[in-house]
Amino acid sequence: MSKMHVKLTVNGAAVEGLAEPRTLLIHCLRENLGVTGPHVGCETSHCGACTVDMDGRSVKSCTVFVAQAQGADVTTVEGLVNADGSLSVLQEMFREHYGLQCGFCTSGTITRAHRFLQENPIPTEEQVRFGMAGNLCRCTGYQNIVKAILAAAEMMNAQDKPSSTEGVGQQKVETAE
Amino acid sequence: MKLRMAVLSHLVNLRDIPDLQGIEIGADSVSLGAMVTQHELIAHAGLGEAVPLLREAALQIADSQVRYLGTLGGNVANGDPDNDMPGLMQCLDATYQVTGPDDLRQIQARDFYESAYFTARADDEILTRLMVPIPAAGTGYAYEKQKRKIGDYASAAAAVLVGKGFASIAMTNLADVPVWSAEAGVALAAGDREGAVSAALAAIDPQEDMRGPVEFKRHVAGVVPRRAIDRALSRVAG
Repeated sequence: MSKMHVKLTVNGAAVEGLAEPRTLLIHCLRENLGVTGPHVGCETSHCGACTVDMDGRSVKSCTVFVAQAQGADVTTVEGLVNADGSLSVLQEMFREHYGLQCGFCTSGTITRAHRFLQENPIPTEEQVRFGMAGNLCRCTGYQNIVKAILAAAEMMNAQDKPSSTEGVGQQKVETAE
Repeated sequence: MKLRMAVLSHLVNLRDIPDLQGIEIGADSVSLGAMVTQHELIAHAGLGEAVPLLREAALQIADSQVRYLGTLGGNVANGDPDNDMPGLMQCLDATYQVTGPDDLRQIQARDFYESAYFTARADDEILTRLMVPIPAAGTGYAYEKQKRKIGDYASAAAAVLVGKGFASIAMTNLADVPVWSAEAGVALAAGDREGAVSAALAAIDPQEDMRGPVEFKRHVAGVVPRRAIDRALSRVAG
């Protein structure tokens, strides 16, 4: 199949180029654009290390053809830092609570957690575990990942008060039951 | 294509076709576009009220990231016996609309599956919409799925609807097609719980795979419909 002209936005920057339509978004990000935050873990939608945010949804970029990302707004872990380059509250809480060990899953885990906290800004521990179930971590046993996300939620909610109460752009919360 | 096992001359993004989108709640049935995602099934408040069984099942499929992109149409049309929605659609007595070069036709979900990955859809047809009857008010429902971990396919799963003088039972991943048992539904409608389970189990043909040997599958297949039936009965209202 001939190459197609692809245009998308990655971490706020407009990018374009030629790519085979079957190219996976994760390979386009890493190999063509040098955005190496998202990792290739399993390449079969199980592990979540390649998680990126695409048009306000968490997706596994190993299972998205770059053709499907045409025109999309993509955010990776690199795009989550504050404007001055310092770590976001969520990233800071992962450091504070040792929400990582080897770090391989961390970029995908934090990117998913970022979206999860917008879907559900005041989650219970059970909701965190359900919402984060698509991200595998073989080191931490998840305990400190959950702690970091709950701590980030608390800090972000404290910062938000009293200016916003309704959670702008909040999507319907998914719960197990 | 992702695995480079297929080289295709054209690639069409079905997401760009508006007719394949949308959830419409009618008086007696809901119409679901083939490209409706699992996430949309879960988030749609009206659908959750009309057919709560759909939401309960969708929450047990894959994980948040996959549910944002994974579609109902892909789940039912692939003919993969691992998938949850085919059995669910047979339980709900859904109708599939497939569209070909000249015409469209309707196929009952209960007639759609021929063997693993083989369905009644012709090569030049695509699945476009699904029509799901809205169960009568107060109908009890449950989707019970035994799996090794969140995101996995079912070792065994059961979908149950039960109301006044009516019941429907389907099971997933226990044969090369979904297993809907008319006899099981008749027995449960008559209040015979054990007769319903026996009839459902008589219709399965599990194979050994990485989820366990046949004996294990048969054991799980005995547990799952009992749990689904009990939960569905506990939800019967009015």
